[in-house]
Amino acid sequence: MIQAILVFNNHGKPRLVRFYQRFPEEIQQQIVRETFHLVLKRDDNICNFLEGGSLIGGSDYKLIYRHYATLYFVFCVDSSESELGILDLIQVFVETLDKCFENVCELDLIFHMDKVHYILQEVVMGGMVLETNMNEIVAQIEAQNRLEKSEGGLSAAPARAVSAVKNINLPEIPRNINIGRNPDHEPGAC
Amino acid sequence: MALKMVKGSIDRMFDKNLQDLVRGIRNHKEDEAKYISQCIDEIKQELKQDSIAVKANAVCKLTYLQMLGYDISWAAFNIIEVMSASKFTFKRIGYLAASQCFHEGTDVIMLTTNQIRKDLSSPSQYDTGVALTGLSCFVTPDLARDLANDIMTLMSHTKPYIRKKAVLIMYKVFLKYPESLRPAFPRLKEKLEDPDPGVQSAAVNVICELARRNPKNYLSLAPLFFKLMTSSTNNWVLIKIIKLFGALTPLEPRLGKKLIEPLTNLIHSTSAMSLLYECVNTVIAVLISLSSGMPNHSASIQLCVQKLRILIEDSDQNLKYLGLLAMSKILRTHPKSVQAHKDLVLQCLDDKDESIRLRALDLLYGMVSKKNLVEIVKKLMSHVDKAEGTTYRDELLTKIIDICSQCNYQHITNFQWYISVLVELTRLEGTRHGHLIAAQMLDVAIRVKAIRKFAVSQMSALLDRAHLVASSTQRNGICEVLYAAAWICGEFSEHLQEPQQTLEAMLRPKVTTLPGHIQAVYVQNVVKLYAAILQQREQAAEPEAAQDVTQLMVERLPQFVQSADLEVQERASCILQLVKHIQKLQAKDVPVAEEVSALFAGELNPVAPKAQKKVPVPEGLDLDAWINEPPSDSESEDEKPKAIFHEEEQRHGKPRQPEADEEELARRREARKQEQANNPFYIKSSPSPQKRYQDLPGVEHIPVVQIDLSVPLKVPGMPVSDQYVKLEEERRHRQRLEKDRKKKKKKDKERKGKPRRRGSLHTESDEDIAPAQQVDIVTEEMPENALPSDEDDKDPNDPYRALDIDLDRPLADSEKLPVQKHRNADTSKSPEKEDVPVKERKIKKPKKKEKKHKEKEREKKKGKEEKVGEDLDFWLSTTPLSAVPPAPEEPGANAVIAAAQEEGEEARREEPGDEEEEDEDERDPEKKPSKHKKKKHKKEKEERSKDKKKPKKKKSASDGAAEPVENGALDEDPLPPMSSYCLLAENSYIKMTYDIQGSLQKDSQVTVSVVLENQSNSFLKNMELSVLDSLNTKLARPEGSSVHDGVPVPFQLPPGVSNEAQFVFTIRSIVTAQKLKGTLSFIAKDDEGSTHEKLDFQLHFSCTSYLVTTPCYSDAFAKLLESGDLSMSSIKVDGISMSFQNLLAKICFHHHFSVVERVDSCASMYSRSIQGHHVCLLVKKGDKSVSVDGKCSDAALLGSLLEELKATLAQC
Repeated sequence: MIQAILVFNNHGKPRLVRFYQRFPEEIQQQIVRETFHLVLKRDDNICNFLEGGSLIGGSDYKLIYRHYATLYFVFCVDSSESELGILDLIQVFVETLDKCFENVCELDLIFHMDKVHYILQEVVMGGMVLETNMNEIVAQIEAQNRLEKSEGGLSAAPARAVSAVKNINLPEIPRNINIGRNPDHEPGAC
Repeated sequence: MALKMVKGSIDRMFDKNLQDLVRGIRNHKEDEAKYISQCIDEIKQELKQDSIAVKANAVCKLTYLQMLGYDISWAAFNIIEVMSASKFTFKRIGYLAASQCFHEGTDVIMLTTNQIRKDLSSPSQYDTGVALTGLSCFVTPDLARDLANDIMTLMSHTKPYIRKKAVLIMYKVFLKYPESLRPAFPRLKEKLEDPDPGVQSAAVNVICELARRNPKNYLSLAPLFFKLMTSSTNNWVLIKIIKLFGALTPLEPRLGKKLIEPLTNLIHSTSAMSLLYECVNTVIAVLISLSSGMPNHSASIQLCVQKLRILIEDSDQNLKYLGLLAMSKILRTHPKSVQAHKDLVLQCLDDKDESIRLRALDLLYGMVSKKNLVEIVKKLMSHVDKAEGTTYRDELLTKIIDICSQCNYQHITNFQWYISVLVELTRLEGTRHGHLIAAQMLDVAIRVKAIRKFAVSQMSALLDRAHLVASSTQRNGICEVLYAAAWICGEFSEHLQEPQQTLEAMLRPKVTTLPGHIQAVYVQNVVKLYAAILQQREQAAEPEAAQDVTQLMVERLPQFVQSADLEVQERASCILQLVKHIQKLQAKDVPVAEEVSALFAGELNPVAPKAQKKVPVPEGLDLDAWINEPPSDSESEDEKPKAIFHEEEQRHGKPRQPEADEEELARRREARKQEQANNPFYIKSSPSPQKRYQDLPGVEHIPVVQIDLSVPLKVPGMPVSDQYVKLEEERRHRQRLEKDRKKKKKKDKERKGKPRRRGSLHTESDEDIAPAQQVDIVTEEMPENALPSDEDDKDPNDPYRALDIDLDRPLADSEKLPVQKHRNADTSKSPEKEDVPVKERKIKKPKKKEKKHKEKEREKKKGKEEKVGEDLDFWLSTTPLSAVPPAPEEPGANAVIAAAQEEGEEARREEPGDEEEEDEDERDPEKKPSKHKKKKHKKEKEERSKDKKKPKKKKSASDGAAEPVENGALDEDPLPPMSSYCLLAENSYIKMTYDIQGSLQKDSQVTVSVVLENQSNSFLKNMELSVLDSLNTKLARPEGSSVHDGVPVPFQLPPGVSNEAQFVFTIRSIVTAQKLKGTLSFIAKDDEGSTHEKLDFQLHFSCTSYLVTTPCYSDAFAKLLESGDLSMSSIKVDGISMSFQNLLAKICFHHHFSVVERVDSCASMYSRSIQGHHVCLLVKKGDKSVSVDGKCSDAALLGSLLEELKATLAQC
């Protein structure tokens, strides 16, 4: 089970906070802060696992994170999840963001937190991994976007953040899992 | 109206949207809080407007603010409003906000039930999807209960997108509403084979999550998962399954053996590191679960260790970390394989990454042996010196202590060395683990008698330079060691060389700066020292010197009397008075030493940590019973504060009671000794090492090296552990030489002896390092009759315990998921749908097996080669070990054998007799109905005929997944896991089959399970079962109904559907078989109209049906027979051609017996009736005949049983 998914920037500003276990808001903020301090002091070239300890749950929980440019993506998971699998899942999530936002950058996450949530909801549901096939995720997101568009959206012309955009620049990370399945071979994929 | 709308949209133009809010916050960095509170005010205004679009926009902004830490629960109602919007855009916003801020305490959450139900059944898959996603985050027990049925329906939705979400959310539903697990489980299992890989993956995910918490309930799914594992190419699914197997193998060794090969193949073939890693992990789990004497597995271990080494050597820190993590698991069972890589581990200690260093430390823990302990600790000590940062240093410190103290100091051959290591550790400044060191010092000094002298000398040195240690006086700091030092010096003062000096050190004024609890120990032990010195002085006839000491005490003690710490103050005042009194006596030349020493006479023995818990509750003592009547509720409120004193008073009163005179005490002591001597669980403090107690905490006897007197050991001043290292090496060297010399001699004597395996000189193994002299560690005291096992580790608050649900018990009708029929159109699905889970509801539970059966099993297994992969038992049978879980999914699972694995195995082979019998079943009302022909194995045969209506399912079942079978006597579950459904009655509409089951828990009740199968094209409803009660046997009817009323069947039957209803009967006497007449009435409705129909039947309660398969060990069985309380009777049946094996299986199966023991063609069997009668059988097979001798606590019952048995045997 995934207990929490936190995205914050290099200064600890939360960009996405998704807990799958109830914590009051102030505790959530505290966890984000503590997590930030934990990962901040770690070099980029040391391992991506941290024993969560006091934060959420007990010794069964681990923090698994990746650092992309200005953002940290942190997943707090228990021992039923594969560590390397979750690392790949983070990669899938970020790549999906990249596809949906067309060269995602921190500003996209800042101004479209809701959309990031919707994308995440197609990847993880209630703390369990829902879908790992990026094409499938993107297809569902796009279908929902079309649906939203057909309804006229929330406001007529959503202001898109266009300004000094700093791309996250996805690094080429060796994939541990061959996550992407070819949808052509999947019977029943809709 | 139109105007309003226009106004609304104009307003909206000025509203901030999410982007405006974010931008605004970024532009108000200096007064962010103020700006946000402004925005919240605006949002509140927006929420008051009628337009749902405005509200949705406001809620969207709130969600953002929630992320920043603002509580938005005040808007819960508005969030619900937005959730119920008809547009997807808004709905999604609402559900997102709800998922972020709703929780069990949100009171308006109950208002969402119907909205969610509506969304779940929405024609748009995205409405449904959004509702499922939201619900997964805020589902409450109430929501789970109300919506479980709707979600379960969605598991069979046409869209995989919905199916996978519905499957996943079921886990949350189970957690909140555990009752839903059993009804929903069959469908969940079905989803494991869903054509859509996403759905399949979700189902695997959920079941893995469930199984992780309560693995034994899911053992039966092993074959299905095995199939998935070998067929799936989705690494996510593979990882989950492989992880699951890791949790299952400890329960089923045979499974492990089965897994090794495919896992090894995966390890060799996969390129995905994550998969490789999980495979290695599970192989490790398998190897752990298998007993170690498997030589052919050393290859697997080597493979794992080798792959892990590759991981650890990888430049990727993640792989390095995981490699170490997995290595530590291998270490537990195969330390030797890992120890070969000590270099690698030590190297990792120097890694720049702290996580990796910590993992490496963990590994070290298991790598130590007697041989390398000293070396490893030395290395760690050097790291302690180097370590910057107290966290890591503290970690090192605890690890050193852990490593040395593990398994009762198993690896320490020289305790002097250890004490000096501990003393060296006291030099650490700023550690938080002073108390750990102190605890070790105390433990060693108390338990290793031989070391006391040395320990005392070291401790007195420590006390002497207490000022160094005590410079930092924070709690748990290093000053804690003074606590231990003071106590050891005081308690073992007889070993002190210079007691006077130590006494003075302990009375220094500086001591008063120590924490209170340490001072308290100082005060107490000062007196012990004082007593020792007095004794010394008086014996030496130096009254003056004795008085001097007293004077010193009188002078120095007042500094403690003034202490702010109550404990210190109290002890000091007491002792000061005592010493003053002594002073007076001394002035009169009265010898006092004797009496003062008497204060501290006797030894304090260590008590095992769990001793208290292990005291068994004496028979007849009910700890929960009230001693006095509890005060009535009304009073308790006001009296609460008083109660405290009340209790205290009682406690004071207690000791007065058991004042027995000396004689009585002596007598009791004698009796206790006697009892202890006879009690195998009592741990005697004999000095010999007793291996078999090794599992018990703190009770081993460990050889300890006595001080080697050939080397002068009095090390003045600070001890340095290195010195002891050298001494130890020398000692070992000498020992080795000695040994070699002896060996040589031996060799000379027997030159023709077998070639030696190892060169004795340099490959010294652990065992070779023998301590010079054996010294026993004082054992910790355990209570008499201490219970050998401790079950107290389970956390009663574990939320997953509620999910420890037996999945094989048949579903009771009350267990159906609640369906809200009124109000909601879409829940009125055809009953067919509701029935689906019922069709496959019974899952047999894996049973633990008695070891005894293993032998037999092994015999039987020989030569069994046919029918590859047909069922779980065969599936696992390539290995000699036993105990397999069954795994059935069909309702017929009920009809599976328990105590007789014989049945499980043999029946599956084509035994002519058995096969024929099975075929007869279809006609013979005494047998279970079955439509399956030969070559189908047992399980399938037992399925009820309705199964053929589900061809697809059937197929999956026979594909090897979940097959039934076997399994040993049930030791936990009193329900008889075997039964055969017999035909009860049949007409053109309906067919009734039934089975009677007893339960040991209800001594006069049996449950009759009736399967009703609709054989017509009509819809059957209003079914009602009425029975003519006899005096002895009565149908349990709902309260308030008369004896003539029928009991309604709680379901309806669409054409072709069958379902099971259960009826409870109360029985007064069970010694004879009985028959009851009854009628089933129902309304058959078809296109032409409805007719009222009836079907008469006769329920036959055979005596067998009152028996419950109960395991019995042979010793208990023998005792039972010896008791002589049983009456005896015999039968003999001739003309039997069936093999003895099958015969026994048949008896087990049809008559609910279990085999106790079997020798050649003779077997003892046991069963128990629901009223507690013991029934013992001795079955002997001669040539073509079988004789059965029975013994039973009731003669009449035995008679009836043997008659029934005879009837069965006659068919053989």
